[in-house]
Amino acid sequence: MNLLDAVLFLPLAGFALLLFIPREKPELIRRTALGVSLVTFLLSLALLIGFDRSSPAFQHVTDLPWISMPPIRYHVGLDGLSLWLVLLTTLLTPVGILISWRQIDRRIKEFFALFLLMEFGLVGVFLALDLFLFYVFWEISLVPMYFLIGIWGHERRIYAAVKFFIYTMTGSVLMLASIIYLYNRAGSFDYGFILQQVVNGRLPLRPLEGLLLFLGFFVAFAIKVPLFPLHTWLPDAHVEAPTAGSVMLASVMLKMGCYGLIRFCLPLFPVAARHCAPWIVALALVGIVYGALVAMVQPNMKKLVAYTSVSHLGFVVLGVFSFTELGLNGAIYQMLSHGISTGALFILVGCLYERRHSLEIRDYGGVATPAPHLAVLFMITALASMGLPMLNNFVGEYLVLQGAAQADFSWAVVAALGVILSACYMLWLYQRVFLGAASERVAAQVYDLQPRERAAMLPLILLMVWMGTFTQSFLPPISASSQSILEKTRVNQEFHAQIPREVARAR
Amino acid sequence: MPADFLPSSAEYLRFLPEIVLTVAATLVMVLEPLTGQRSKRALGYLAQAGLWLALAAALAAQRHPGPAFSGMLLIDGFATFFRLLVIAVAILIVLCSYGYLRREAAERGEYYALLLYSVAGQCIMASADGLIVIFIGLEISSISSYVLAGYLRNDKRANEAATKYFLLGSFATAFLLYGIALIYGATGSTGLTQIRHVLAASQLSSAGLLVSTAVALIFVGFAFKVSAAPFHVWAPDVYQGAPAPVPAFLSAGPKAAAFAVFLRVYLIAFEPVTARWEPIVWVSALLTMVIGNFAALPQNNLKRLLGYSSIAHAGYILVAVAAHSESGTAAAMFYLAAYVFMNIGAFAVVGYLAGKGEQRLNIDDLAGLAARQPATAALFAIFLLSLIGVPLTAGFFGKFYIFRAALEARLIWLTVLGLLTSAVAAYYYLRILVVMYMHDPADSTEDLPPQGAGLKAVLWASAAATLLLGIFPSLILNFINQAAGLGK
Repeated sequence: MNLLDAVLFLPLAGFALLLFIPREKPELIRRTALGVSLVTFLLSLALLIGFDRSSPAFQHVTDLPWISMPPIRYHVGLDGLSLWLVLLTTLLTPVGILISWRQIDRRIKEFFALFLLMEFGLVGVFLALDLFLFYVFWEISLVPMYFLIGIWGHERRIYAAVKFFIYTMTGSVLMLASIIYLYNRAGSFDYGFILQQVVNGRLPLRPLEGLLLFLGFFVAFAIKVPLFPLHTWLPDAHVEAPTAGSVMLASVMLKMGCYGLIRFCLPLFPVAARHCAPWIVALALVGIVYGALVAMVQPNMKKLVAYTSVSHLGFVVLGVFSFTELGLNGAIYQMLSHGISTGALFILVGCLYERRHSLEIRDYGGVATPAPHLAVLFMITALASMGLPMLNNFVGEYLVLQGAAQADFSWAVVAALGVILSACYMLWLYQRVFLGAASERVAAQVYDLQPRERAAMLPLILLMVWMGTFTQSFLPPISASSQSILEKTRVNQEFHAQIPREVARAR
Repeated sequence: MPADFLPSSAEYLRFLPEIVLTVAATLVMVLEPLTGQRSKRALGYLAQAGLWLALAAALAAQRHPGPAFSGMLLIDGFATFFRLLVIAVAILIVLCSYGYLRREAAERGEYYALLLYSVAGQCIMASADGLIVIFIGLEISSISSYVLAGYLRNDKRANEAATKYFLLGSFATAFLLYGIALIYGATGSTGLTQIRHVLAASQLSSAGLLVSTAVALIFVGFAFKVSAAPFHVWAPDVYQGAPAPVPAFLSAGPKAAAFAVFLRVYLIAFEPVTARWEPIVWVSALLTMVIGNFAALPQNNLKRLLGYSSIAHAGYILVAVAAHSESGTAAAMFYLAAYVFMNIGAFAVVGYLAGKGEQRLNIDDLAGLAARQPATAALFAIFLLSLIGVPLTAGFFGKFYIFRAALEARLIWLTVLGLLTSAVAAYYYLRILVVMYMHDPADSTEDLPPQGAGLKAVLWASAAATLLLGIFPSLILNFINQAAGLGK
């Protein structure tokens, strides 16, 4: 058994284990869940040992037959693109469990069991190297999240949960159709095999065929990212979800969409991807500005943070479809940064909610007085989120802007607006919530961070600084992967330009 | 009299499951007046034993495949698969009927006898190799089903269901019979293989219209049996009115058997005229998926909702028929196996929760079930997730397999539209999950009686099968893929 398989299946084992713990022992359930997730995290850290950071190849690979006909394999592996995303998932799971410790006060067993099941699905999505397996994990991660929102969410939780499920499901059935079609053409579900065929030109797709297949994948990912105008499920889901659900949703689940774009849309359908790039970039730019503007006027803190996600993930899509190495590196870096900083924002907003039982900004003010540590951590996180140099988001945003400018300077100009606006909404939020005089109720209800909350926030704050200053600890594997992905899209483009009709005719 | 007119012992062996079932059914009938009211349950056990024997007989028959009774039956992998399937369905139905009949104070021997006769008819359908035998099997199966639908004779809804089912069913059978007569007129035969040869040899110029009409009429007959649009209107009413184990049975056993003959007749006998029937099936499949899924959206009655859902699932299987290929047949077979388990499981839960006289069939009556009975709710959730088609359940792999076959046959639009309707379907299944898991407990889930051992066995076995077929479909895929060739 490979180390990677252990990282993948340990949460599933934890899920099964929790089912057998009687529900009368909540403390044991919490501890087991935390223990399992921590061990998973430590094991995933061990993946770094011996990981070749300069190679774009898949490492820690396991490849076993699963279903005989059609040939579907359990094929998992790790490269520079998925490495950090897996670590992000395994890190945020114990964090999410820690902050749910007291927040979740009913049906504790189900909550923590589903949380571990979700980790299984999420890690699987990033590891799967077989399209069928990828789809399986993609859908598995959907079910626990649906229950997390629907059972432990706020008032409009059911509406939000169903909307989330139907939106994602609609996108993913189209992806399923594309996957099956691709299988019928290529004769395999294996990612590496199909990619090889595409690169070698042995899988010639007619332009319309390629476009439709591309769109089948793209729509599923774009819904998940979410790309404007497919983002409408996101504010509902984020606002209604319990804190830990929001954290996983924003930090990891949205990254599934970005990951899919980079892993599948770009290298498998380079022609269609390049063809559609201007349109997609336009949507991304609209999303950046629109998300920021809408965030600015939100009276609800969680909704505000949700709309900042729309804006920040616009950067990711912009970087991906700029087809430059800097842009792609930046996009991947931004994915990780956004995961850390938005996760932290949701945790802090959740802490505020737990104290004051309100998400409305007007119910706050002067929180810094009764809760100075909370205020400081929120400040750091807000600064990170708006892209202050030396903190994590700056690196990603800068690289994306640079890459976008290489592709088309006007893109960078519009995107830069988003950076400016992010400072506006974040600082304004901070001012209204934390500064000023504390009202009586705020002073009475709000207290400072508890040890468990500090423990949850500490790794995130450290990572914000680390990722903002020591970029080289993270960038080499990302860069190796993005280089190889871009190379594949380029090879293919030239190939298609070079082999005109003769080959087609001969065929 | 030719020497081979008398059947050989091997031919009797090939017919053994039907013999066992008929003998067991008759035995139940004979013993019924001799048993007191207290010991009716014993008749159920007898039926159960008969079914297990028939299961063994079907397996034994598979060891000696071949034709029987002058080519009227053909025992091959395909026949065995469907025989095992319909017998397994009956086993599950009998298991969950014990508690149900006792609760409704309706434990009588004829229930089990009718069930066994119906299964015998379905076994004949599964192994029939000629239109006449198909007709006989269909009638044996249907007539018993009509009576079963009205089994609770003091229940108005059940009576309405039975009448409706009988009237419409008779019409459909008449269409089928008319089609058979026409095809006999056009080809001079009722044997599937002979029809195929005649159709392949003739250029269809003279008998073209006749054959097309016959193909269409037979389609009407089969479409009714599998509840495919536009011949589906009976299904929701019958499923809602009939006592809960009966719709569970109707949506599984007779449907599977009807699909078996559907596949055999259209893929063997009418294979030379595929171009004529493929568009019909295409349109019907799409209509069935759209109508089934959209009509289920506003339903509040659980049985009616499952009724529309079973229409929608028939639509998915029709997609596999429309693919008219070996992989399409395999997909239909796998889907039926998957569907049987998840659907019987769902109906069993509904029948249990409905309470005496089936008073609680509204979705809202499930409120808070997850808090009151976590295990029942979790099992129901597995069935529902499988009906939605979430990975690692049999329902997902079945859908995947069907749409793979459809794309292979270049039915691209049918695939895309079908998959989109299945996303719509998620909504009404989710409604049930929402009420079970996300609403506060209501009175309706408070005083549920403990589950009987039979019901428990059905729920756990169905859930295990749903997950097992979803995670390791290869368990039966190899057999299915071999059987799907239909001996061609």
